[in-house]
Amino acid sequence: MTSNKMFNILVPVISVLIGLLSGAVIMLGFGYNPIEGYAALWEGAFGDMYFVGETVRQVTPYILTGLAVAFAFRTGLFNIGAEGQVIVGWLAAIWVGITFDLPMYIHLPFAVIVAALAGAIWGFIPGLLKARLGVHEVIVTIMLNYVALYSSNALIRSVLSDNQDKTDKIAATASLSSEWLQNLTFFSRMHYGILIAVFAAIIMWFLIERTSIGYELKSVGYNQHASKYAGMNVQRNIILAMVISGAFAGLAGAMEGLGTYGNMSVSSGFTNLGFDGIAVALLGANTAIGVILAAFLFGALKVGALNMPTEAGVPNELVDIIIALIIFFVASSYIIRWVLLRLKKGEK
Amino acid sequence: MLKNRKFILLFALLLSLGLVLAACGGSDEKSSGNSEGEGSSEGSSEEGSSDYTVGMVTDEGGVDDKSFNQSAWEGLQAWGEEHDLSKAHGFDYAQSEDESDYLPNMTRLVRNDYDLVFGIGFLLEDAIAEIAEQNPDNDFAIVDTVVEAPNVASITFAEHEGSFLTGVAAAMKTNTDKLGFIGGVDSALINKFESGFVAGAKSVNPDIVIDIQYVGNFSSAADGKLIATRMYNDGADVIYHSAGAAGNGVFAQAKDLKQKDPEREIYVIGVDRDQYEEGAIGDHNVTLTSMVKRVDTSVIEVSNQGLNGEFPGGEVLVFGLEDEGIGIAETNEEAYTEEIATAVNEWKEKIINGDVTVPQTHDELKAFEEEL
Repeated sequence: MTSNKMFNILVPVISVLIGLLSGAVIMLGFGYNPIEGYAALWEGAFGDMYFVGETVRQVTPYILTGLAVAFAFRTGLFNIGAEGQVIVGWLAAIWVGITFDLPMYIHLPFAVIVAALAGAIWGFIPGLLKARLGVHEVIVTIMLNYVALYSSNALIRSVLSDNQDKTDKIAATASLSSEWLQNLTFFSRMHYGILIAVFAAIIMWFLIERTSIGYELKSVGYNQHASKYAGMNVQRNIILAMVISGAFAGLAGAMEGLGTYGNMSVSSGFTNLGFDGIAVALLGANTAIGVILAAFLFGALKVGALNMPTEAGVPNELVDIIIALIIFFVASSYIIRWVLLRLKKGEK
Repeated sequence: MLKNRKFILLFALLLSLGLVLAACGGSDEKSSGNSEGEGSSEGSSEEGSSDYTVGMVTDEGGVDDKSFNQSAWEGLQAWGEEHDLSKAHGFDYAQSEDESDYLPNMTRLVRNDYDLVFGIGFLLEDAIAEIAEQNPDNDFAIVDTVVEAPNVASITFAEHEGSFLTGVAAAMKTNTDKLGFIGGVDSALINKFESGFVAGAKSVNPDIVIDIQYVGNFSSAADGKLIATRMYNDGADVIYHSAGAAGNGVFAQAKDLKQKDPEREIYVIGVDRDQYEEGAIGDHNVTLTSMVKRVDTSVIEVSNQGLNGEFPGGEVLVFGLEDEGIGIAETNEEAYTEEIATAVNEWKEKIINGDVTVPQTHDELKAFEEEL
């Protein structure tokens, strides 16, 4: 058991290191200086307070989408729909932000909760279809991503604005952004959402590890038939897992809407927050703390990558390759596990 | 449980260690690299004609979109050459992958002491407005839309006028009396292209049919190709695209069809740059003409004004047919016959003289069509 846990920790770390190393080799191969490249990456992510703020800004939704995917994973479900749930959450948060006129202590929580609810509903649909009709959640969630993207585009154009490409800015009473944080970080878009994200991670940990609901969810994930035999309601648990997962992703949308942008634009493509969330969950081994750490890594890579072309002349496509390599090595953890076992045997 | 916690802690430690290690390896190296950079930029400012530096931030199309981002970058490169500057020392670009990158990219350029930063494309409107407010001492410019701030120059083009002329050319070229228009994102800006094109075509032949569809983005060449396939199948033989990089799919489809059947007369009208090269297939070329938007000259002009201390902050600059900020490419001499050229030039005169007012919106287009 102990060695198993060791592996759970070692494997992601080694994958990250191998990923970075192969990135360096690729940079070398194309005639760039990898040390300069990674230095620019580091500088771009943590170089000064502005970039730290931007990194935290990027990490915030990553934590939440990572939690969303991880939570569903623990129940044996693959929620590819985090992307769509982010979009509906974003839209719902903006809608509350611009239509209602309330004092801050009601308005802000209201907007956040509505966003989570919207995400939850978007998770409920595939959950229900899976539980009742056995429709595979991967198919349904992928399709619902497109439904979310294009319906929200249509709603922004026709309902939330007068044929414009973006909505108005939300009322200040619904905004998560803070002048204090912005001043601290030289106008970065860092906002209080990070507190919500960390809090959500604690909730996920508590729910999964400390409650009977979490126990049932995990149990359904391990073995549906055994759970059913033990008297658990498998269908209810599947739906519940998707609803909670969707709520996390909806919150990520609220972070973007209420914190980072303050409005929503007609979007030509996905935000990729939900898809990156899959990688975050995978790297974080589907645990709350792991997701936070993985989100920090991905956030830093994403924000820092922008600095690589300007400072070191490395194209930022290369950073995408490095991220892909890291995921590749996490996914092929079996190889790393095998090598580690071999080494261990050799020691003995 | 205690063990579990220990391991989580260890995991956290190792992960952060990994990050630190990866970056640390470079940190001392980096400081030397930095000082090198500073040294050479100082050097260039000494020998260069001035130390005015210009950066630009692309939208998600990227700097090689064969469209207006690329045009802007070509302008900036030409400007740099003119003033003996080199990339990263005097001028540079930052590429955005999605909308969350706009502001960090701008901020980075401002913090790297670029005096003037261009935002290329109306998608960057919010980002420019925000950063201009945060950095009142820097100059900014936005292409294709208007941002009202004392330190922002707004560069706009009379695209509807140029599109009108492409409409004239298309209506004269078509054999099927059926044209296509493929737009990027259904927005005020692209509606300007659409309205101008439809008005131009209908001015030549009021009964002409124009198939209009929007891709929904400026980046998906695959979607552009799909729409073009349908339009050509439905009988349209000239398609005008204003869909940025998504328009490359339109060229791809036209070239595929042309390769299969070289006798078939189908054409694409390019946008922003002269897209003659994009249309070359064997001995043929499917690019009838292009609505050329001289983003490059506008970038050079504004950069020079900034260099000379005459930055047009707070102004809205309109580049049109008159000052050749908008034009029609005549590179495909085989397809773009003299007859078409004469007609186009006649209409061009009429627009410049004010005899024709080209519609810019759907409503204006409706009124225009009723008058025909």
